[in-house]
Amino acid sequence: MSAVLPDTGAARASRRPASAWLHPAAKPLLFVLCLLPFGWLLYGALANTLGANPAEALIRATGDWTLRFLCITLAVTPLRVWTGQPALARFRRMLGLFAFFYVVLHFLSYAWLDMGLDLATIAKDIPKRPFALVGFLAMLLMVPLAATSFNRAIKALGAARWQALHRLVYVVVLLGLLHFFWMKAAKNNFGEVAIYAVVIALLLGWRLQRRLRANG
Amino acid sequence: MLIPRARRDGHVHPIASEITPRALYEQRRDFLRLLAAGGAGAALAGWAGRDALAQAAATARPGKLAALAGTRSSVAGAVTLDKPTAYADAASYNNFYEFGTDKSDPARRAGTLQTRPWTVAIEGEVKKPQTLGIDELLKLAPMEERIYRLRCVEGWSMVIPWVGYSLAELIKRVEPTGNAKYVEFVTLADPKQMPGVRSSVLDWPYVEGLRMDEAMHPLALLAFGMYGEVLPNQNGAPVRLVVPWKYGFKSAKSIVKIRFVEKQPVSAWTRAAAQEYGFYSNVNPKVDHPRWSQATERRIGEDGLFQKKRPTQMFNGYEAQVGQLYAGMDLAKNY
Repeated sequence: MSAVLPDTGAARASRRPASAWLHPAAKPLLFVLCLLPFGWLLYGALANTLGANPAEALIRATGDWTLRFLCITLAVTPLRVWTGQPALARFRRMLGLFAFFYVVLHFLSYAWLDMGLDLATIAKDIPKRPFALVGFLAMLLMVPLAATSFNRAIKALGAARWQALHRLVYVVVLLGLLHFFWMKAAKNNFGEVAIYAVVIALLLGWRLQRRLRANG
Repeated sequence: MLIPRARRDGHVHPIASEITPRALYEQRRDFLRLLAAGGAGAALAGWAGRDALAQAAATARPGKLAALAGTRSSVAGAVTLDKPTAYADAASYNNFYEFGTDKSDPARRAGTLQTRPWTVAIEGEVKKPQTLGIDELLKLAPMEERIYRLRCVEGWSMVIPWVGYSLAELIKRVEPTGNAKYVEFVTLADPKQMPGVRSSVLDWPYVEGLRMDEAMHPLALLAFGMYGEVLPNQNGAPVRLVVPWKYGFKSAKSIVKIRFVEKQPVSAWTRAAAQEYGFYSNVNPKVDHPRWSQATERRIGEDGLFQKKRPTQMFNGYEAQVGQLYAGMDLAKNY
C-alpha cells in the first residue's frame, strides 16, 4: 500500500487537469457537511424534538455517527484508487478527525447524560461492562491518532512510523463494531450491525487483498 | 431548659402518608377559587370525588380513542402521586417488538392490529377452561383507574394511569386447580398484522409468566385502557398485563391466551438471553443488568437532559405491598 500523506495539492494540480476536489471551497464545504449531524442533534436537543428519551437519542446518534465517520474515512483510500482521483486523499484527515469529534461527543453524552458526570461511578461502570470497556478502549486508541494528525507530527514521527501508528484505525473500527454488536446482541437485533459489518469487511478486505497481491 | 427533641433536628416528622399530597392541596385551592367564583354547585359535585380529581388535570383524556372510565382504585399502592407521563410520550415511546425494535416503530406500525373481534383462551389447570370475548372481559369486573410507575429494564420509567381490574378477578372466576403453580401469558403473533414477527428478534409468540401468588396479588392488573381511553394498539390493545413491581417486559401486551401450569414457564426474554432476563425480573436497584446498572432511572418527559438520573426503588416502590411474596428468596440469584 502506498503511503498517502496529507498532501499540499499544489504538486498534483500541476500534473493533472484541475479537479473539483482541489477547489479552495472543497474543504470548507466538507467541514460544514460533517458538522450537519452535530447541528441537527444540537437543534433537536434545544428544540426538544429528539423524542421521549432525548438522552438516549443523543448517545445512540453520536455513536452511529462515529461508526459512520470511521467507515467514510476508511473508504477514502479505496475510492481514491478506484476512481483514480488522488486528490480525494486530502479529505482523509478531516474525516478522521470528525470520527474523533463524534466519539468524544458520544463519550461525553454517556458520561454526562447517563452518568451525571460522576467520575467515580463512570470509573466503576466502564470496566464492569465488556461492551462499554471495548467502546472506551476504541476511543482511547483514537487519541494518539487525533494527536498526531497535524503536519508537524508527521514530520517529527517520519512517514513510516506515522503510518504504522495510524494503522491503529483498523483496530479501532473493529473494536467499535464489537461495541455496537455487543450492545445489540442480547436483543438479537443484528440488522444494523450486519450492515456495518459488511461495509467494514469490504473496506478492510480490500486492503488485505492488496497487501497479499503486493506480497505475492 | 429541656427541649423535647425528635430525630436530629428537633422536628417531629409526620409519617409520609399524613403529608397532604401536593396535587391534593392544589386541588383544594382550586376548589376555594371556584367557590369564590360562584361555581359552588359544580365544584361540590367534584369535591365529593376529590381523590379522583387530584390528578385530573394530568390524566385528562387525550381524546384520541374511545373513552374507558374507571373509578379510582382503593387497592393499597394502586395510585401513586407521581406526576403521570404525558400521553404523547407514553403512546409513542414503546417496546413492542411485534411491530419493530425501534421505540417509534409500534406507534407508526401498530395501526394494522385488529383488536376486534378478540378472544382470550383460558386453558390448563383450571376447573372452568373457557374462551372469553373482549366484551365479556370488559364486563367481568368493575373498571378501576390505577396510576402505576412503569420501570423499563432499559433504565427509563414512566407513570401511567391504567384502566382495568385485578388479574385475580379473572383467575378466581376460572377456578385454578391445585396443580396450577404458575400462570403463562401468550400474546398475539400474527405476521399479517404484526410486521416485526417476520424478524427473528425473539422466538414468537411472546410468552410471559407469573407465579400464582404474584398473579393473585391485587396490584397485578389486567389493563384495557390508559388515560381514560381504551389502550392504543402500540400499548398492547385490547388487553394487557401490568405488573408494576417488575420490569416492563413482564407485562405482556395484546394477550390471546392465559394458561395455568404446574411448571415455571420460560418467558420469551429468558429464552433469548437467560443470563440477562430471569423469570422474576423484579425491579431491583441492587441487581445490575449484565450490560448496565439498574441503580438509577430516567423519568421520561420529566427529568431534564442534564439532570442526574433518579434512584430506582426496590420493587419499583411497591416493596410494602409485594415484598412478602419474596421473603427468604435470594433476589440476586432469582433475578
